[in-house]
Amino acid sequence: MLRYIVRRVLGAIPVLFGLSVILFLFLRLLPGNPAVAILGQHATPQLVAQISSSLGLDKPLYVQYLQYIWQLLHGNFGASFVDGRTVASTFLVRFPATLELTTGAMIFAVGLGIPLGRLAARHPNGWIDGAVTALSLFGISIPIFVLGYTLVFIFGVELHWLPAVGQIDPRLNVNPVTNFSIIDAILSGNVNAVEDAVAHLILPSIALGSIPLAIVTRITRASVIDVSNEDYVRTARAKGLTEKRVDDRHIMRNAWLPVTTVIGLQVGSLLAGAVITETVFVWNGVGSWVVQAIENHDLIVVQSLIMIFAIIFLAVNLLVDIGYAFLNPRIRYS
Amino acid sequence: MASRAATLVVRPAPRASRGLWRDALSRLRRNGPAIVGLVLIAIFVIGAVFAPVIAPYDPSVGVLTNSMQGPSLAHLMGTDLLGRDEFSRVLYGARISLTVGVVAVICGLAVGMVVGAVAGGAGGIVDTILMRFTDVMLAVPGILLAIAIVAWLGHGEVQIIVAVGVSYAPIFARLLRGSLLALRESDFVLAARSAGASTPRILLHHMMPNALTPMIVQATLALATAIIDVAGLGFLGLGPGDPRVAEWGEMLTDSARFLQNAPYLIIFPGAAITISAIGFNLLGDGLRESLDPRLKR
Repeated sequence: MLRYIVRRVLGAIPVLFGLSVILFLFLRLLPGNPAVAILGQHATPQLVAQISSSLGLDKPLYVQYLQYIWQLLHGNFGASFVDGRTVASTFLVRFPATLELTTGAMIFAVGLGIPLGRLAARHPNGWIDGAVTALSLFGISIPIFVLGYTLVFIFGVELHWLPAVGQIDPRLNVNPVTNFSIIDAILSGNVNAVEDAVAHLILPSIALGSIPLAIVTRITRASVIDVSNEDYVRTARAKGLTEKRVDDRHIMRNAWLPVTTVIGLQVGSLLAGAVITETVFVWNGVGSWVVQAIENHDLIVVQSLIMIFAIIFLAVNLLVDIGYAFLNPRIRYS
Repeated sequence: MASRAATLVVRPAPRASRGLWRDALSRLRRNGPAIVGLVLIAIFVIGAVFAPVIAPYDPSVGVLTNSMQGPSLAHLMGTDLLGRDEFSRVLYGARISLTVGVVAVICGLAVGMVVGAVAGGAGGIVDTILMRFTDVMLAVPGILLAIAIVAWLGHGEVQIIVAVGVSYAPIFARLLRGSLLALRESDFVLAARSAGASTPRILLHHMMPNALTPMIVQATLALATAIIDVAGLGFLGLGPGDPRVAEWGEMLTDSARFLQNAPYLIIFPGAAITISAIGFNLLGDGLRESLDPRLKR
């Protein structure tokens, strides 16, 4: 098991190394002087000189790269020239919101997708199955921002059931300690604040979770149908076991494996989807930061955020693979 | 199902089958959802091609006194802030979304197939290098890669095509390489090799046709996500960048502020994106079922 983990961790290193080369070139290959390209035509000479020296533009390319990777290995992702803050410090402030959102979306997708998939698999090609299939087709076909605005319009604007935008009502004066709005609300000891923070999370989670929901539903349905046709399931039924026991012990145990892999793969789509979801729901997370950085032409931030997203994505996939190997001994020895 | 199996057994030689494509076509014709998908796509293609004929108004010219009117007989989908006819803009938007989406997928497919064929065909060090490179590309999740590329290249339809195409290429490369590797060990490739066929000939005439079906399915499904991604880029302000051009994603961003008073400005372009994506998803699933005879329905 340990050998498997080590092998997988080592395997991620060349990918990150390759990405660092591409992202390094991403800034250096900008047309003209990169410092001017980053700052725009109207930048003051002082600022251009400052950026040039921080990027080491006067040195040979390989020295620049070594400098860049050295900084990267020390967790220094550079600083935004717009507000002067380091990427790492802003990231730590903004990431909790994104983590809260993606967790909410994942809970929605898995919490609803697995029961729906099991329900559909119970009577394949029946009307419930048809409805579930149609729902998942709709889920993968509707863009996050269309679903997001539709939800805001129905539940926020028309029905007033849920707050339309933001993470927590600012009038509640919740002190940002951890930057997780729900945890901060709990820390404030105000029950209304906790309710408010959870209410703010519902619509964005549904919008972001729609694609993973569709995929988890589909794969659960397919996997359960697959396993249900196995000989050992028939044997279990023939032994006279109760339907519930067959379901829990014989079908689901085996049907879980592909479902866990797919859930892990959805993390990437959640991270990318957070960019759009946070823009629709005006969340101050990492996703909306990407959009702001692009609008401000803050390319150092864009470059660093892509690197960070890739690291998170690879790390989560690694964890999922290890978890999978843990669940399925056949993987470990191949 | 049973009767079809029986007729297959009666057939004297495998050659008597009408061939993969004709079999697939007849299966596709009997696949209801796929036909629905095809019809939906056809509606959008016709709308896009004949937009100048169908559209009642010029999509880029607005009458300010007609600003923000709800749907009516004169304006089927209402008018936007500048008094432009929303129906005409949705029609013209189909041109941008479909062309950009389709061309982007074709570009991604072309690049991905070359990379995949070289990697899967050559093997060894070439394969390792190319696959490590696709690993790097795939490490950047989803639309983020396209976002970064547009941020780097700047605004414009060509830039969007490049961005979306590049972000899809590694997926196609991986897929083709995988099928080629599996086929390399198959009996008919071994037979061709022992008959003295050259490597390029085996690759082009024996392996590629067999590796093509999963590519077609994947490309059709990619069209659905490409249309969504193109609209997503437009929504994030990374669209064609020309305010006169009607693009579904940009139309949504422009209207988001008026959600309370003019929800129809969100609903119609949003529905256009969703319905066209549903069309391609239905067709893709249908193709998967009809191109792979082993797949049980």
